[in-house]
Amino acid sequence: MHELSICQALIKQVAVIAKQHNADEVSRILVQIGPLAGVVPELLERAFFVANKNTIAEHSVLVIESLPIRVSCDQCGAQTDAQANRLLCGKCGDWHTKLLSGDELLLASVELTTSTPIANTV
Amino acid sequence: MCQTCGCAVTHNTKGHLKKTEIVTEAVTVLKGLLAENDHQAAHNRQYFDSQGVLVINLMSSPGSGKTSLLEATIEVLRDELTMAVIEGDLETENDAQRIRAHGVEAVQITTGSACHLDAHMVHDALHDLTLAPLDILFIENVGNLVCPAGFDLGQHHNVTLLSVPEGDDKPAKYPVMFRAADLVLLTKIDLLPVLEDFKVSRAENYLRQLASAAPLSQVSSKTHEGLDVWINWLKDEVVRQQAWCNAGQDKNPMILPDRLEVQERAGG
Repeated sequence: MHELSICQALIKQVAVIAKQHNADEVSRILVQIGPLAGVVPELLERAFFVANKNTIAEHSVLVIESLPIRVSCDQCGAQTDAQANRLLCGKCGDWHTKLLSGDELLLASVELTTSTPIANTV
Repeated sequence: MCQTCGCAVTHNTKGHLKKTEIVTEAVTVLKGLLAENDHQAAHNRQYFDSQGVLVINLMSSPGSGKTSLLEATIEVLRDELTMAVIEGDLETENDAQRIRAHGVEAVQITTGSACHLDAHMVHDALHDLTLAPLDILFIENVGNLVCPAGFDLGQHHNVTLLSVPEGDDKPAKYPVMFRAADLVLLTKIDLLPVLEDFKVSRAENYLRQLASAAPLSQVSSKTHEGLDVWINWLKDEVVRQQAWCNAGQDKNPMILPDRLEVQERAGG
């Protein structure tokens, strides 16, 4: 269950950004996760409900975007989709591949809410 | 107070203040979720390099023989190299005591319920160690084939153990862990004759399917069969680490360049 530690790190980062922007609340958090990051999106979501209590992210929505696994073949140069435990070239089947995407664990963006008093003529 | 809308503007002023306007702002971040851990890990690695010590992170399931491997390693290398061990477990000092019984310094980190070591825990443990005289610092991670792979500690190499009783398909079942390995050690090979279902070639095949070029070495800490390959690998890496340190270069483990690349790809 390292998802809780990851969630706590996430909220800490979000809180710093919110403070930098003088935000009152964080309304939405977008994270991008690849299957090879070793993080289960469902567990991260559940951990988020625990970790966000009494933080600036308490009322925010956590959106998790799953990224595909893509590899590039060192032998034939093809770029193909792959599975977490079969990172072989989809074209020639060779195992000498490099990961193009699929191990991301990124805080992509946050949506911040700020209430500003404004003057208005009646 | 204004009687019309309740704002703080008096009748003498012309405008009324609307209570508030809600402004929503989207901020692009594109930063690794473990940025704080990675930062600490980079700091640890810098410190290790400044002290000229090679740091090996040992990861595996519980009971696959990490401590036994270290005991056998210490017995063989004690006259040639100076070593110390950081032990990670949920509870007990048992493993650290086993290491200390061989006359080698060991610091025990008890994580309570945490399933992995992180860079901050290792940093705290470093306060109890004098690194300068060391050639190798082993970090024996918490026995777990899942979580430890995600946390950089500042090590130079990840060594993942796979013991024969666990079965030869572990790399296929735990791709994140085995993909992170710079070296995979097949341990308890003295059991191969009795556990005939285990095929070394199959284990290696599963490892290659993870696009991993990590060597697969076979070892028995009990009979010392194959131990020389592991010992020679360690000696070579100590020499290489010295060369890197002298040249002012860093050596990162397998798992790290990918994560950095990801951040570069993302522009973070």
